[in-house]
Amino acid sequence: MHELAVCQALIEQVERVARDNAARRILSITVSVGPLSGIEAKLLEHAYPLAAAGTVAEEAKLVVVTVPVRVRCRTCKAETEAASNRLLCGSCNDWHVDVIAGEEMLLQRVEIETADEPVH
Amino acid sequence: MCRDCGCSLGPAAARAPFAAQPATKGHIESIEVITAILDENDRVAAHNRTHFDRHGVLAVNLMSSPGSGKTSLLEATIRALQGELRIAVIEGDLATENDAARIRACGVPAVQITTGNACHLDAQMVHDALQDLPLDGLDVLFVENVGNLVCPASFDLGVHRNLTLLSVPEGDDKPAKYPVMFRGADLALITKVDLLPHIEEFSVERARDSLRQVGFRGDIIELTRRGGPGFEAWLGWLRSGVAARRAAAA
Ligand SMILES: Nc1nc2c(ncn2[C@@H]2O[C@H](COP(=O)(O)OP(=O)(O)OP(=O)(O)O)[C@@H](O)[C@H]2O)c(=O)[nH]1
Ligand SMILES: [Mg+2]
Ligand SMILES: [Zn+2]
Ligand SMILES: [Zn+2]
Ligand SMILES: [Zn+2]
Repeated sequence: MHELAVCQALIEQVERVARDNAARRILSITVSVGPLSGIEAKLLEHAYPLAAAGTVAEEAKLVVVTVPVRVRCRTCKAETEAASNRLLCGSCNDWHVDVIAGEEMLLQRVEIETADEPVH
Repeated sequence: MCRDCGCSLGPAAARAPFAAQPATKGHIESIEVITAILDENDRVAAHNRTHFDRHGVLAVNLMSSPGSGKTSLLEATIRALQGELRIAVIEGDLATENDAARIRACGVPAVQITTGNACHLDAQMVHDALQDLPLDGLDVLFVENVGNLVCPASFDLGVHRNLTLLSVPEGDDKPAKYPVMFRGADLALITKVDLLPHIEEFSVERARDSLRQVGFRGDIIELTRRGGPGFEAWLGWLRSGVAARRAAAA
């Protein structure tokens, strides 16, 4: 369950964002995850409450956006979706393809609550 | 502090617990961040690579399911290259010191990392282990990752080359089942090929096709630890990797 380690790294980043923006509370955290990152969205959601307990993100909602694998064909130039264990062009079936999406594991957005007076 | 370079990448400090805030309504903001979740691991991995490069050491990470023959391959490699290349090994294991003991019995330094319940090594664990190794006197540093075809794939260790082993008894469909691990490798070793006559279900051709379909583009070597042409090809791969490191360090 390396998803727990990933969640702990995520919480550390979120804590930094909270600190930098004088957040009192984190409302939601949005991450995007592709199948080629080696992370399962379901396992990430299961591990999250364990990593968040006792932190500024304790009550935050985790939103996991899953990004499909997309490849660009070097032969026919088509951009198509692909399965992670069949990285072939969906148009001409060639395996000379470059992955253009599906490897990411990103923190995208943090929704925070600050004090009544905005601190800017 | 790091003894090798004086960096401050010591073991991670414990975090202070977060104090709950009063439940009054505040001002809500949505902040766009967009950073790699494992960017801290990636930063330490890049730092590890500066250690290896400063000492001209070729660093190689071995990954596979449990029992594919990682330690056996290292034992045979160390014996074959005795007097030619100076080797050390970092061993990752959930619980035991067995593998480090096997490596030390071959006469080379080994540091055991016992990960407890972590199913993978990360860059910080490798950096900690580097403190106990004589990098200056080495040509090759092997990292034997925890036996696991899933989790180690997500954590860059800063090595120069990642290897994935697939042993004949596991079946030729493993790349299709664990695509991320095999796709990220620079070299794939099909191990225990001495068992091919006993396991007729395993087709080397199907294994190669499966590797190609998951996007693996490196070399594939078929070998057994008992020697033979595949094992010689592996030693050749290693020798040319060391030569390239030496040229880069010179
Ligand atoms: N027939 C055959 N057996 C092998 C070969 N290499 C290793 N083995 C056997 O496979 C078993 C596991 O080998 P190890 O080298 O311990 O495998 P490992 O990948 O290091 O295992 P973990 O560290 O536990 O993940 C042992 O019983 C070895 O004797 C080989 O080339 N041929
Ligand atoms: Mg082993
Ligand atoms: Zn895991
Ligand atoms: Zn095409
Ligand atoms: Zn260091």
